[in-house]
Amino acid sequence: MNNPVGKKNMRDMLFENKVTLLFVLLCIGAFFASKQTMGFLLGELFTRIGRNTFLVLSLLIPVLAGMGLNFGIVIGAMAAQIAVFSVSVWGITGFKGFALCVLLSTPLSILFGYGAGKLFNNMKGSEMIGGMVLGYCANGLYQLLFLFIFGGVIPINNSRLMISGGVGVKNTIDLKDTIKYALDELPLLHVVELALVLLALSAVIAWSAAKKKGDTAAGKRQVLRLVLSAVGFGLTFVPPIRSLLTTTRYTLLTAVEVVVAVVIAYTVGSVCYKKLLLHQEADLKKAGLRIALAAVAYALTYVDSIYRLLLSVKVPVVTYCMIGLLCFFNEALMKTRLGQNMRTVGQSLSVATASGINVDRTRIIAIIFSTVLAGYGQLISMQNIGTFQTYGAHETVGQFAIAALLVGGASVQKATNKQAVLGVVLFHTLFILAPSAGKNLFGNSMIGEYFRVFVAYGVIALSLAMHAWKGKAAQKIQLKPQGEKPGAGPSAEAEGAAQ
Amino acid sequence: MNNSKFIDRIGWPRLIIAAFLVLLLILAQISGLGVQGLISDTFRRYGQYGVLVLAMVPGVQCGIGLNFGISLGIVGGLLGALISMELGPEFWVGMGAPEKLIPLFTILLALVIGAAFASVIGIGYGILLNRVKGSEMTVSTYVGFSIIAFMNIAWLILPFKRGDLIWTIGGSGLRTTLTLENSFGNVFNRFLAFKIPHTEIEIPTGLWLFFFGACFLVWLFLRSKVGMAMSAAGSNPAFARANGINVDKMRILGTAISTAIGAVGIIVYAQSYGFVQLYNAPMMMGFSCVASVLIGGASIRRANISNVLIGTLLFQGLLTLGLPVANRIIPVANLSEVMRLIISNGIILYALTKSGGGKNA
Repeated sequence: MNNPVGKKNMRDMLFENKVTLLFVLLCIGAFFASKQTMGFLLGELFTRIGRNTFLVLSLLIPVLAGMGLNFGIVIGAMAAQIAVFSVSVWGITGFKGFALCVLLSTPLSILFGYGAGKLFNNMKGSEMIGGMVLGYCANGLYQLLFLFIFGGVIPINNSRLMISGGVGVKNTIDLKDTIKYALDELPLLHVVELALVLLALSAVIAWSAAKKKGDTAAGKRQVLRLVLSAVGFGLTFVPPIRSLLTTTRYTLLTAVEVVVAVVIAYTVGSVCYKKLLLHQEADLKKAGLRIALAAVAYALTYVDSIYRLLLSVKVPVVTYCMIGLLCFFNEALMKTRLGQNMRTVGQSLSVATASGINVDRTRIIAIIFSTVLAGYGQLISMQNIGTFQTYGAHETVGQFAIAALLVGGASVQKATNKQAVLGVVLFHTLFILAPSAGKNLFGNSMIGEYFRVFVAYGVIALSLAMHAWKGKAAQKIQLKPQGEKPGAGPSAEAEGAAQ
Repeated sequence: MNNSKFIDRIGWPRLIIAAFLVLLLILAQISGLGVQGLISDTFRRYGQYGVLVLAMVPGVQCGIGLNFGISLGIVGGLLGALISMELGPEFWVGMGAPEKLIPLFTILLALVIGAAFASVIGIGYGILLNRVKGSEMTVSTYVGFSIIAFMNIAWLILPFKRGDLIWTIGGSGLRTTLTLENSFGNVFNRFLAFKIPHTEIEIPTGLWLFFFGACFLVWLFLRSKVGMAMSAAGSNPAFARANGINVDKMRILGTAISTAIGAVGIIVYAQSYGFVQLYNAPMMMGFSCVASVLIGGASIRRANISNVLIGTLLFQGLLTLGLPVANRIIPVANLSEVMRLIISNGIILYALTKSGGGKNA
């Protein structure tokens, strides 16, 4: 009995991740068929990771709240595009323009997300098809807005943006002089400085509050924070760190070095913190393993071919930091009360209602989060692409993001940061390689082009079908013991698994 | 009493839309648009889209809900049309057919091949939908998208040889739009077509005969013993099972019929339109069909022939009559596409909120 269990676990694991595994094989096959170099692939891939990961990550919260894959993120993208257009009209450039886009898109996304949430509450159980149809319907309204209302109702005098005659917006808007690379080329220094100033300010405020109450222990903690932020500020003036912070694009080599350094520092720091300050047991084995892995990664950079490869690819620092921040946010949200409520709502509406959670409100909040984040994701993607396809930029956003998430092994009910990142890597690897692979295999690059679209749709169809399939099987297993003999749970389960 | 019963049967939404159509007609007359031409257009498009909308009925009745995956049938129909066109008039001349009847034979062959392909596809599709009960609509939408994307590749590599089907450059791959001028374009439309005396309004008699005939056949089928069993399986599976009906089999039957009618529908559509459109053109067609049958008063669980007859007229009327009037106010080039997006998806959204109505469990 013992032996087959281990075997079965292995088989189960392979079966669970079959979409991901299939994709790994496809990617490897496409790489050899395409005859592209690794340098080309990595360069393209890291551009696309920066461009798309934020959008994919914006899908996670509604999955958790039991609303499935949010096809409605398209409306967040539309909010972002309205913001970008407005900023282009006003002619505000650089990071100021980008910040204004963020400021503008937020209330718009909140409004759109609220509407979508309200709508979804009226169609519980059909949110996915509803979101899809909502996206198409909103697309019609969006077209009307850009084709007619801009210029036709709201007068806009700008021959660079409007088609001749003044009614309707041009097909493409060049963002080169406005927000192109506004975030990608923002020095990390500014972000760090801002964060430290905010930290110091909050410490001062908390300190004065603690003093009023006469809470000396809390006051001391705030002083410590103030000192820490001052030390951090001082560190930014150390020449090597300063040069690191003012460089906007790292080579992959620098990125690996920084990540290795951060991982080691974080691991050592957290172990020390736990041992010395909290006097708790720390998982030394795990920490050691992590440090060893980091060291191996660093050692690998000295292999000549890898070294050259890493030098040839550059990544935008701040954009990647933002993606990291969103991962962190998704994790942190789960530890809050709101996140727990979402999880309960996702597991069972009736349990959530019984335990006094306002189900409808929680669901609306989940969709608002997702929509706002999708808006930011679209802004990141647009500033990186540098041109704005007025009537098409949003169309495939939802589908491709969802396909990528599913490729990473996520399902309608469960999705994690790791799956999102893995999915983006695999999905876009295939996207980059498919045209040239198609050309080499069939003598026609259009075949590769169509193939990747087919894969995007096919993956969604397959995952949805498999999920519904699995859901039905699970229902059967649950129903059996209830209907016949309540005590026979495990045997019925085994029976179900055997089929 | 009698009066309110009548309104209940037709339903307020339909009365309002019908009144709106009359208003549009008056507006069109006032603003000097050719009303008679518009009405002719509506009549033609009524028959053109009708059969595709009809394909929704068996799907809804057998319990798979709104068949967004009608693209599977469309693909089957396109294959049938292409094979029949590839054979060309020479084939029929070789068989000794009279020259006048060749277009008719061509379309009939297309219909037969198309329906045959679609039935086979539909059976497989039905088996799949039986495994995903409860999420048919989401799954079928994406299965529909996938098949279109898959056929995009197929259109490029299938071994069609005829000069007017494939690209001249490269000598392979089907063209995006194929004209039917030399094969079966407008065969049904022209059959016994006449103009209403003293007007310019044209009635495409053959097209309508075909459409109404198809409706009648489906109506007959739904009243047959098998049809009744199928509807029972759709509306109340547990009850049907208790009566010894094989629910899964009935669902497969309904899906296959729906898919086959979809194949017939696209061929009728193409002959009326005059062109066969390949690649991404049929992608969103399912959404228009779904919206049409919904506007005719169907729900996710119930649909009948009158929903098709009323819904197609209202939906096509709304688009055909509404467009030039709206274009007067909103001078935008591709307004028709925008209007279609908003109206059809708006209707579907409305229907979805009605079906899922805030149940909290």
